[in-house]
Amino acid sequence: MDTYVPILALGLIAAAFAIFSVVIGSLTGPKRYNRAKLDSYECGIEPTPQPVGGGRFPVKYYLTAMLFIVFDIEIVFLYPWAVAFDALGWFGLAEMVLFVLTVLVAYAYVWRRGGLDWD
Amino acid sequence: MPQFPDAVSNQNMTNWFLGSFDTHIPWWFILVVIKAVAAFAILVVLTLFNIWYERRVVSFMQMRIGPNRVGPQGLLQSLADGVKLALKEDIVPTNADKPVFWIAPLLSAIPAFLAIAVIPWGPAVSIFGHWTTLQLVDLPVGVLYVLAISSIGIYGIVLAGWSSGSTYPLLGALRSSAQMISYEVAMGLSFAGVFLYAGTMSPSGIVNAQQHGWYFYMLPLSAIIYIIAMVGETNRAPFDLPEAEGELVGGFHTEYSSLKFALFFLAEYINLVTVSALAVTMFFGGWRAPVPISLWSGANSGWYPMLWFMIKLLIFVFVFIWLRGTLPRLRYDQFMAFGWKVLIPVSVLWLLVVALFRQLRNAGDLDRAHAVPIGIGIAAVFLLLVVALEVRERNQIRRTPPPTVPDYEPLAGGFPVPPMPGQSAPAVPRRPQFARTAAAPAPALNGTTAEEASTR
Repeated sequence: MDTYVPILALGLIAAAFAIFSVVIGSLTGPKRYNRAKLDSYECGIEPTPQPVGGGRFPVKYYLTAMLFIVFDIEIVFLYPWAVAFDALGWFGLAEMVLFVLTVLVAYAYVWRRGGLDWD
Repeated sequence: MPQFPDAVSNQNMTNWFLGSFDTHIPWWFILVVIKAVAAFAILVVLTLFNIWYERRVVSFMQMRIGPNRVGPQGLLQSLADGVKLALKEDIVPTNADKPVFWIAPLLSAIPAFLAIAVIPWGPAVSIFGHWTTLQLVDLPVGVLYVLAISSIGIYGIVLAGWSSGSTYPLLGALRSSAQMISYEVAMGLSFAGVFLYAGTMSPSGIVNAQQHGWYFYMLPLSAIIYIIAMVGETNRAPFDLPEAEGELVGGFHTEYSSLKFALFFLAEYINLVTVSALAVTMFFGGWRAPVPISLWSGANSGWYPMLWFMIKLLIFVFVFIWLRGTLPRLRYDQFMAFGWKVLIPVSVLWLLVVALFRQLRNAGDLDRAHAVPIGIGIAAVFLLLVVALEVRERNQIRRTPPPTVPDYEPLAGGFPVPPMPGQSAPAVPRRPQFARTAAAPAPALNGTTAEEASTR
């Protein structure tokens, strides 16, 4: 666990600095109430009513997030393989080619179905 | 004058230093604190410097002068701006989700500081007579740690946009997160090649492995993909779509003001430094001296490596500024298509090619006579694939019929509207020069009178 002590130290310094900034910022500034100022910013027009919880957003973003997970897991498999590559030899290379090809099939399917198209 | 051996003077120094404390704090802990404070200070000072650097360089690129009033050459401008931000009103909109609104800037800034912890700034040096590396911590999975920590920063952005309770920040946050996760895949894949060559994920190990050649020319495509991906990852021009002022005002931090806004700004500039430092470490030899200087035997020892590292880092920051001063912003669909359809497949295939070459070399089958034809063959296949995809896309564009454009209506919906693409406005009738003789009113555009248009 000793390895992580320096990270913890840096984290404490950073956290202290960030919390101090946020708190001091709310104390030092002026406070002049104005209803329009506290409205959502929409270039001066009446703001669009927002449902509690942020409302809805395009399903495209969920799709991107899911595709990201697929490829991120591929990367998670690739890293240990890359580190141990010299020891694995031809066997490791062949296995990884098979794995990557399998993922590429899924990738081609997503591409073909328009999952990577933005409008 | 008597000459003291180094060890003795160091010992004296140590005694003097420890004596002033009169405690039993272990040395490693003191070193850790010194290094952590130094890392923090370097990041803050670099941020202040980089903001000035960016404004100044962009100014010169645009034939302006830029900030030059506060301090020598305007160097203290960022500090003055920071103080100004602290004295501004801290606005929390009525619509905001208050706790999350407060936590988001912290979530964005703290991980940004943490990511620098594993970057080696130099080899072992002596601090108060104790040898230590110029690196906060040497994790065996250091690069993975950087990726993990920098992903936490995305939470800060998403939560900031969501908690603002406003439309523009929400859209900006979604764009930011979609963009960052899309380019993180390409970034991660470009690292795999480096791990394959270095055989380790520790940044200091990777720097050591580059003793006989930097990876940017051993793995050129990985380096190019990483450099593109890091610009996308930091949301900077030409990939600064989340902050596209014309569309989204300020992106996810539209509703933030005062020091909360400053923290987002700080996080952005620290991330800039982090990705540049990572690029230097992974592909440009880390703290190693560049070629002409490295011929001098003392170049890679003592405190000099920190200087080389800093110079390389500032060159990368300059490249970021240069891009911003030169390139226009991309369209969102082009940007996402480039990430998903070009960078990811290219980096996957490139990794397999690198692995194949490495294995051939390991197995001893690769001499010059074989390497060249194999390389040419792979390059040819690659080129063919790219050309085939391009031809296919062009055919697709040719085959799709041009969209049918409705006729131009100057007052569609009761408002005067400009012609859409594909439409053309009818020629404006010339001003009647001999108006005295014109009895009838001029006909309205496309034949409808004003009454008809208003009842529509």
